Order: sequence, then structure tokens, then C-alpha cells
Amino acid sequence: MKKIMDGNEAGAWAAKLANVQVIPNFPVTPQTELIETLAKWKVDGKFKGDFLDVESEHSVMSAAVASEATGVRTFTASSSQGLLLMHEVFYIASGMRLPIVMINVSRGLSAPITLWSDHNDILDQRDTGWMMFFTENNQEVIDLTLQAFKIAENHKVLLPCFVNLDGFILSYTREPVKIPTQKAVDKFLPKYKPVTYLDPKKPMNLGIPVMEGYMKFRLQQEAAMENALGLIKKTFKEWEKKFGRKYDVIERFMMDDAVIALVSVGAMTSTAKAAVLEARKKGIKVGLVKIVVYRPFPFKELEDALNDVVGIGVCDQNIAPGYGGIIYHDVRSLMYGYKRTINNYILGLGGKSVPKEKYVEIIEDLLESTTKVEGDKVMYIFD
Amino acid sequence: MVKKIVKKIKKKSVGIEKIEYLGKEGIPYVEAKGNSLERDVGSWRVFKPVIDKSKCIKCRRCWISCPESAITFDKDGKPIIDYSICKGCLVCAENCPVKCIKKVRETHE
Repeated sequence: MKKIMDGNEAGAWAAKLANVQVIPNFPVTPQTELIETLAKWKVDGKFKGDFLDVESEHSVMSAAVASEATGVRTFTASSSQGLLLMHEVFYIASGMRLPIVMINVSRGLSAPITLWSDHNDILDQRDTGWMMFFTENNQEVIDLTLQAFKIAENHKVLLPCFVNLDGFILSYTREPVKIPTQKAVDKFLPKYKPVTYLDPKKPMNLGIPVMEGYMKFRLQQEAAMENALGLIKKTFKEWEKKFGRKYDVIERFMMDDAVIALVSVGAMTSTAKAAVLEARKKGIKVGLVKIVVYRPFPFKELEDALNDVVGIGVCDQNIAPGYGGIIYHDVRSLMYGYKRTINNYILGLGGKSVPKEKYVEIIEDLLESTTKVEGDKVMYIFD
Repeated sequence: MVKKIVKKIKKKSVGIEKIEYLGKEGIPYVEAKGNSLERDVGSWRVFKPVIDKSKCIKCRRCWISCPESAITFDKDGKPIIDYSICKGCLVCAENCPVKCIKKVRETHE
């Protein structure tokens, strides 16, 4: 079935198709419509799971941890300030190895207050031990969320997962989305089978205090992340076979004969792709690499994609004040020893519009600094 | 499994390169029977509520207001406080309409 819908509705559809049993929730712009849609379905009887209204985001995540610990599939969604309030409990979820899947509708952080898209909120959760997927369009929201459940709940992974969609650019933009049939999804994603779960008949303490053993459990999260990367690729292949849409941990766009390349994440990638095609018309051999899976970090795949180009421009829709772009430094340390020109373009903070023409200018600037070999630089795209 | 890792560390004194995935053992949980009934959880009181049963009018307000459910009743319907559960919050004393519950400072014997 094909339907015109926005990113929030796509997220709600994913939760419904996944037969989620519990949704603790708290509304926050720009995620509100996602929760609204599910609430409406709940009232109309179209959604069978439990819908918990709690008093804050910290409680949302605490309730999600509790419900997932009893062995039921749990989903939630949040955004920006709400996500930060959940921060403490994220570590508990990943430490207890509870495969919660949540959608973050990314929005810039206060102060000053903004409602528009920015990746600082989600990248703040980088080290929480959650897997992290970035989506570019509303189709990817449905597809990646459904696949996230399958990956997270695998007994070789058992880690929670974020699916990030950009506020406003995706959350309120309507576009045609193919909705997979319930039957096909049920076959792809069977009922959740937990390894251990809380049961009053069999008393158990989860998240026990340990002193000596702490490092063992933390390292197990690392081992699970390693397993996850292989499983993500396997699941993406299975999805392609069943539903015909191809995914990979990174997406290569016009990279076959590229000399310079942009690195991008999220919804802004679409504009960047249009700019790549425009620059190609001008005779610049430019490509683009989109990071889809950010945690676990696809070291090998990204290195393979980038070692053929001489100039790399990392477009960061985030800023770590005093340090620069967050993803820029990931890419730069990945390419250590390759002697490439790697520039940082910080753009679109707080949803500041970056038109195609700006991206073409970025590509031209990257080409110029690559040919001059003037050393790496950071550029701020501001008017 | 822990033993195995320790062995590897000894063999290669700097550390381990590859972490073995332990599955269920990597989840921090212990199976145990509920044992809170066996614990004395009333040992940190500062004040102890003591009921003067001669003044008690059996209104049961202390019983309904006790947040710990530490109050039960004897044969005559008068309240008894279980001091192994009572935390000494004194809500019962506050709510008693005839003020028959006295607060007595706990002392080290």
C-alpha cells in the first residue's frame, strides 16, 4: 500500500506494524504527531498495545526499561530536550541489555530555543551504548525502524536502538511511502523472544550491583556492538530480498569515479545529492557518502569508500563548541595516515536552511582546497 | 567464562584483543528468592511511636495512614506496631485524633 504521509506518521506505522506491546510516551515538538497518531489508533481500536502516559521523559524511559525487562516489545519516541532528560536511563537500558527501539525526531537544543532540526541532541547520546541509525526520507523511517527491532532483539546483540529522523524536514513533510503488509512484516519480524525476563514466579534481580565484574559487563556491550554490525548487514540483505528496498551501513552516491567526496547524515543528504548532480554538470567529479549506521561505527566500509578520493568534506549539522563538528573528527581519525584533505563544513544548525547552491559552493571550495593542498580547515556555512 | 578471559590475560600480559560474546552471561542479573521479609528494615528510626492503648478509641486512622503497613490489630481491635517494619515517620502520631501515640527517642542499648 502506498500512502502520502509525514515522518511522524511513518514512525507510528512502524510501531503499529511491529506489533509493539507497550508505548510509554510524553509529547514534545516535533515528535508530538507521532504520539498523537498512535493515541488516535489506540482509541479507535486499531492499535492493540498498551499506551502509557507518564509525567516526564525520564519516566518514559524508566517505564520503557521496566516493560522491556518483563519481556515485551517496547517502543517510544522523543526529541531534543526530552531526549536529554532520558539520558541517564539510556545507560541503564543498554547496560541491562534491553532491546528497546526508539525514534528520535532531532531538534536543536536550548538555549536559545529552537524547534527545527539539528543533530546535537542525538549525537549527545553517542556513548550511551545504543545503536544509532540515521534516516534520509520517510520510507527509510518505516524500513529502518522495523529492521531495528529485528537487529536489537537478536540474542547476539540485545542492545537498544535509536532511529533518528530530522525534525520538520522529515517529521512534517509529506511524501509517498510504501507501507509493507502486516503479513509480510509478521513473517520478517516474529514475536519477541527474550533471553531473560522478570517474572514474579521466578524472582530475579536485574542490573545488580557489581564491583569486580563491572568491566566484564561493559565489555560485553562492546562485543554485542561488534556482533551487531555483521547482523545489520545480514538483516539489510534479508529486507532487500523480501521488500525490494536496498540498504547498507553507508550509502555511496556517484562514488565510482569520484575524486572528491562529501560525507553527510540525515535528511540534508538529499539536498547534497542534488548539488552533487549539479556539480557533475560543471565537470567536477564529486561523490557523496551517507552514513546510515553511526553506532556501531562502520570503520571498514567508510574507509573503503573514502580511500579512493583525495578530498573529503564532512558536512556536520552539529557542533561541539571548542572542538568543531562531531562526525568530522570521527572521519578524520578514521583517515589517519591517508594524507587526504579533509574539510569540515558546519551547517544547518537549528534547522538553518542550506539550499542546493550553497552545497555547490561547498563542493567548489573543497575542490579548490584539495588542489591547493592547503591543509584541513573548518568552515561555517552561515548566509 | 570469566576464568577463560583471565587465562587469556595471563598468557598475553598486555590485555585481550578480542572480547568473547557471553550471551546470557553478559546480562547483569541474579536469580534469587524474595528475601526482604527476612530483613530488619526498621533499624534506622530516630523516634519510635508508642501507643497508649488505654486512650485508644479504635478509629483505625493510624492504620490507614501508615505508609509502611506496619500496623495490625490485636483481638480487641486495638493497633499493634511492628517495629521491624516501622521507619519512625510518625504519620500515625500526627493523625491520631486523641493523641494517644507518643514519640519516644530511640536509644542505643
